[in-house]
Amino acid sequence: MRRYSVFAIAREALRHHQGWGRAWRAPEPKSRYDVIIVGAGGHGLATAYYLGKNHGIRNVAILEKGWLGGGNTGRNTTIIRSNYLQDPSAALYEKARSLYESLSQELNYNIMFSPRGVMMLAQTEHEVRGYRRTARANALQGVETEFIGPQRVKELCPIMNVSGPRYPVLGALWQPRGGTARHDAVAWGYARACSDMGMDIVQKCEVTGIRTERGRVAGVETTQGAIDCDKLAIAVAGHSGRLADMAGFRLPIESVALQALVSEPIKPCMDVVVMANTVHGYMSQSDKGEMVIGGGTDGFNNYTQRGSFHHIEETVRALIETFPMISRLRMLRQWGGIVDVTGDRSPIITTTPVQNLFMNAGWGTGGFKAIPGSGWAMAELMAKGEPGPLAAAFGLDRFAEGRFIDESVAAGVAH
Amino acid sequence: MLMLECPCCGVKGEETEFTPGGEAHLKRHGPGAPDDDFEGYLFRRKNPAGVHFERWRHANGCGKWFHVARCTVTLEVFGTYPAQTTSPPADILRRIRKKRPDWEGWR
Amino acid sequence: MTGTNRIPGGLIDRDKPLGFTFNGRAFQGFAGDTLASALIANGQRLIGRSFKYHRPRGIFTAGPEEPNALVELRTGASQEPNTRATTTELFEGLNARSQNHRGSLKYDIMAVNDLFARFLSAGFYYKTFMWPKSFWERVYEPIIRASAGLGRLSMQADPDHYDKGFLHCDVLIIGAGPAGLQAALSAGRAGVRVILADEDFRMGGRLNAERCEVAGTGGATWAAAAVAELESMGNVRLMTRTTVYGVFDHGIYGALERNTDHLPDAAGAPRQTLWRIYAGRSVLATGATERSVAFGNNDRPGVMLAGAVRAYVNRYGATPGRRVAVFTNNDDGWRTARDLRAHGIEIAAVIDSRTDTAPNPFPEVKTLFGEAVAETCGRGGLREIITTGGKRISADCLAVSGGWTPNLHLTCHLGGKPVWRDDLAAFVPGNALPPGMRVAGAAAGQMTLARCLQEGDAAGRAVAEDLGRAAPAANVPKATDEPAGITALWQVKGARGRCWVDLQNDVTTKDITLSHREGFRSVEHLKRYTTLGMATDQGKTSNLPGLALMAEASGKTIPETGTTTFRPPYVPVAIGAFGAGAKGAGFKPVRLTPSHEWARDRGAVFTEAGQWLRAQWYPQPGETDWRTSANREAQTTRNAVGICDVTTLGKIDIKGRDAAAFLNLVYTNGFAKLPVGKVRYGLMLREDGIVYDDGTTSRLGENHFVMTTTTANAGLVYQRLEFARQCLAAHLDVHLISVTDGWAQFAVAGPESRALLQKIVDAGHDISNAAFPYMACGEMTVCGGIRARLFRISFSGELAYEIAVPARYGDSMIRALIAAGEPFGVAPYGTEALGIMRIEKGHPVAAELTGQTTARMLGMARMVSDKKDCIGNVLSRRPEMTAPGQPRLMGFRPVDRAQMLTAGAHFIARGAEAVTENDQGWMTSVAWSPALGHSVGLGFIARGEDRIGEVVRAWDGLRKTDIEVEIVSAHFVDPEGERLRA
Repeated sequence: MRRYSVFAIAREALRHHQGWGRAWRAPEPKSRYDVIIVGAGGHGLATAYYLGKNHGIRNVAILEKGWLGGGNTGRNTTIIRSNYLQDPSAALYEKARSLYESLSQELNYNIMFSPRGVMMLAQTEHEVRGYRRTARANALQGVETEFIGPQRVKELCPIMNVSGPRYPVLGALWQPRGGTARHDAVAWGYARACSDMGMDIVQKCEVTGIRTERGRVAGVETTQGAIDCDKLAIAVAGHSGRLADMAGFRLPIESVALQALVSEPIKPCMDVVVMANTVHGYMSQSDKGEMVIGGGTDGFNNYTQRGSFHHIEETVRALIETFPMISRLRMLRQWGGIVDVTGDRSPIITTTPVQNLFMNAGWGTGGFKAIPGSGWAMAELMAKGEPGPLAAAFGLDRFAEGRFIDESVAAGVAH
Repeated sequence: MLMLECPCCGVKGEETEFTPGGEAHLKRHGPGAPDDDFEGYLFRRKNPAGVHFERWRHANGCGKWFHVARCTVTLEVFGTYPAQTTSPPADILRRIRKKRPDWEGWR
Repeated sequence: MTGTNRIPGGLIDRDKPLGFTFNGRAFQGFAGDTLASALIANGQRLIGRSFKYHRPRGIFTAGPEEPNALVELRTGASQEPNTRATTTELFEGLNARSQNHRGSLKYDIMAVNDLFARFLSAGFYYKTFMWPKSFWERVYEPIIRASAGLGRLSMQADPDHYDKGFLHCDVLIIGAGPAGLQAALSAGRAGVRVILADEDFRMGGRLNAERCEVAGTGGATWAAAAVAELESMGNVRLMTRTTVYGVFDHGIYGALERNTDHLPDAAGAPRQTLWRIYAGRSVLATGATERSVAFGNNDRPGVMLAGAVRAYVNRYGATPGRRVAVFTNNDDGWRTARDLRAHGIEIAAVIDSRTDTAPNPFPEVKTLFGEAVAETCGRGGLREIITTGGKRISADCLAVSGGWTPNLHLTCHLGGKPVWRDDLAAFVPGNALPPGMRVAGAAAGQMTLARCLQEGDAAGRAVAEDLGRAAPAANVPKATDEPAGITALWQVKGARGRCWVDLQNDVTTKDITLSHREGFRSVEHLKRYTTLGMATDQGKTSNLPGLALMAEASGKTIPETGTTTFRPPYVPVAIGAFGAGAKGAGFKPVRLTPSHEWARDRGAVFTEAGQWLRAQWYPQPGETDWRTSANREAQTTRNAVGICDVTTLGKIDIKGRDAAAFLNLVYTNGFAKLPVGKVRYGLMLREDGIVYDDGTTSRLGENHFVMTTTTANAGLVYQRLEFARQCLAAHLDVHLISVTDGWAQFAVAGPESRALLQKIVDAGHDISNAAFPYMACGEMTVCGGIRARLFRISFSGELAYEIAVPARYGDSMIRALIAAGEPFGVAPYGTEALGIMRIEKGHPVAAELTGQTTARMLGMARMVSDKKDCIGNVLSRRPEMTAPGQPRLMGFRPVDRAQMLTAGAHFIARGAEAVTENDQGWMTSVAWSPALGHSVGLGFIARGEDRIGEVVRAWDGLRKTDIEVEIVSAHFVDPEGERLRA
């Protein structure tokens, strides 16, 4: 792999960038791999990367039906935080966040992790209590957060109207090392590193069937032919149910639309990430200058990648209450993603009824921030055949056993 | 954005008038039923990319729960019918088959 | 300053001059000008700076596709960044400024970026800024951020307001060019209810911009006559300045009308209106957008799309140059030469890249066939072009036509995929159109005027036929079928210098080649890696050329390489318009209790609970903090009598022969055997076995119950009950109605509460302890015949009642109760005192019922009857929920009574390290108990029921406290319940 650096750029600049190679190879699929991962989004690629890096498993193919990173990895609002209330969630997301801290250097790819700080606004007494409780739980979990008052909120985010007539800001749960990253770059960086380890990334290769022999996975049928494997992982947010169907089991998952929008780029006016759960809206400003805005999910099953008109109107209306000066700004793009929502709104990292078939699903609205941690935990699960400490609580069995990991206690919407 | 017609009061309205309630025609199991049935009832719900039958309530209207036959990929609504039915009406099934010839059926 | 480039003719009103300023310099234009046309008329070529390299840029188009000419419009709080000069209607006093430069527009310091362009290739930032690690956060990213963005926010609240509206019609016709106008005429004449929407302030589309003939008259004249006829029809609504920006499901369209953007001052009217249009059918007649060709330095001010040059000359009477060269790969480009000639403007040359074209119609004009423009020259603006044949041609304007791309955006909003047509070198709408949509005219790939009119007419008549109207006979005005041949040309071979594809985001042909080389080959990767098409013009002029260049690099055809697709909005829409609706305090209305006015007059401090405003405490003179007031209120209640408005609790009347059986289904505990005149506490689970809500239910008659719910869940519980009634137990004879707002309800609590109520309740109703014991209820009259319901229930743990009267008597009731209580020293109490007393009694509320709480955790496992079915019964017995070691709700008191407890503290064993592994539970609620004189808390702790008397630590990492606490019963006050039975 060609190492990226400022010197490499300088050298290339002098010869008109003729010397750059492909960021990742584009091989034909082989007939057999030790591991096949379905879905070349952040989770699938990170799983492959840590399989190679942590467990030495490198005969791996990652199959993608469309283009790499084209699912929710490329459609989210790029927020990274780990200020969760429940212990298993905090552990998993904090693992992810801490891996993000040095991911650019590790992958030799600038994913632009930007720990500008994330604040979750408390705009009702109920939220104040909830976030104070979370801050105390985080203190025990070793997640660095604090509960800050409205004055500090205003200092950190001067464009906010903290004394609005309807929902004044009463305080906020503040995670100074939360932030954002360049979502596409996360997928591209992992892809490049996987390719460099000899793994095959195959785009435009849709899995059409899963072959099993005596309850054990044997391979997949794809639009580019049948491929055998010892172990199979599925990481296809938005389509997990369909893949599970192919393997003959059903998941506790419903797919719903989540919407987001970006504004036209403007000169910097907001440095932190702000989430306002009372009004179901969140906003940050990208390095390009666009305001990135997200809302809550619709309440009904939806595979259209577009959400309800009124839903996004509500989000925007709410944000204008808190940020009256964004009103004259224009919305540039609006889009929806399909997210998989589980019974307790927490993800699933699990073995399945089919032996050697592993599932990574149900991230709801919070998948992007988890990518490195999820990949780490999933790789461990696949390599050892049983979950390590990070994944242990997120098994499929928790629904039958009644062991929920419900975050709604602390947040109206979980992003 | 969905437009639905409440089969109980006949009013056609947009989705803000209604509240979604998940998969329709689920059989609730009582005590003594195997755990698995209950788990299926609650957690292992259908999540098809295509024809789906679901419950909605005319919350800002007559208050009645009813069923909707809908496509989750195009948001096309095939019909609505009362909640007190154990299976979709034949005319709605016919309509779906006409528009989705390769549909595998509702059960 | 006078208009140096003003020429005769056009559709501007020369009797109405308008003064405006650009970068502080005063100019004059006319009514009917856009800011762009007025700037062109005044010879202003340099308008702005590009995003990345800060290249000087001029006006490139005459419409919403404009990538370059973006300005900050208006001043102060009304400042609007990134506003396209090409669609900004000129008004008196308009103030515009160029953006994205440091120093003056002409001498932008940031233009230094352009010198380093070689290093700043597509995606360069992914490859660097990583060492040393700390520099990314401290140095690199701050620099990148500082140079981000184009215009600036005003940093003030938007002074304007926005409106929202709803319209219904038979057909929505989008675009009022030839096809749209003709469609509206044909449909309107048939009596169809039509809405015709156009983004321009003048209907007619390209008819206003071209020299053409329709029905024997000028195109613009015909358009004006058509508009006049449509205006006379009662069934047609014309909407100018209205952009249909999105197609939504089920025939819903989003449109933005700019009501006052063209006026100096909105004068109180809404600035813009966001329309939701419900249309059974639509006709998309949005025309087409011209595109450029990639050649060297094709971004220089003075390089302009050929159709835009015609628009400025023909419609606005303003010429972009005095010596114009035309570069085209298609027949339409020649029209520019023809029109310029007609206006007497010198033509430097016509360069047609085709070799197989018809002979030159203008023999006196210098014509180069089979050549192309290789490069342009001129500092700050075009001075000269150099052709691939090496000819140098001096020109101050270059009109470029690379062909026209149908505006099919709206056909893609519901997932439709465009299809490629080689003969047009463009995508046209595919077959999967949004339901009810027809496409007519250039949007469908019909590139001649006669065809546009014919298709418009056909679409209008087809709509009428769909609706069962007698459609009029075809009636198409006569127009010529001008030639529209094209030979695709995306980039000029032999071009010199950088060839720009996306002008705003500074994407060049080399960036696209690099993207291909590095494997970013799908359209989406191309966009994301190079930022092609991601600018505020949404790639209207660059997406297709970018795709075509990727296809060339891959050696594939364009349809093999990918397709262009679009999402809403068609043009950027002000966020304020999306947020139109209730603002400020009306954003989410609050609900007021019947005693609100009375409480407000007494100086009560309010808090919000489930959208209700509830009195939090009632400060008395001399009380400076809430704690003093709340403690006094609690003490008064415990020692004498207190009154609290509890109207906000949900109330549901349940009637029917099977009402008791129904309650048995929704509550864990049994209600069938509850006698008439008695109240019972009920626990409600979710179907998954988690506690959902609790409250009391009273049996007022054999077949009549009234249920109370928590305030926050009132609506949700009612919805669940309706679900249970209609879907789970449709066979039961039971009816429900929410009566939350129907009854004003007050808690009267304390040892003197009976004495107080005896003064209120009408004679003849015996409420003595014997006749009306704890948990009794009944209907009676109060205050001389007012219907009331009385319940002997207690949340405070004292002898207590709740009395309900029809809501309209609520205000009188609170006054009567307080008056009756004067002799006993009555005090109203708010939610804080309520909270103190419920913690002293160990009653769970929202802090305890978290959505993870089981009946067992509350010590109420036995309330889940195993003798009957109920919602949640089966799954509340799942293994993890019944396993030993579950947390249990307990009371906690500090070993050192002077110490204050905090909610959210975690329980850690003495001597153990404060880490997650040693976590035993957490404190849910705390209060300083005036009854006990020390801090008390409730909390969940593992196996709490077996650990009474044990001392653990309450560890609070937020306040940095670590307090030893003793585990005790959750019932701090009167654990035997003697007081409430007194």
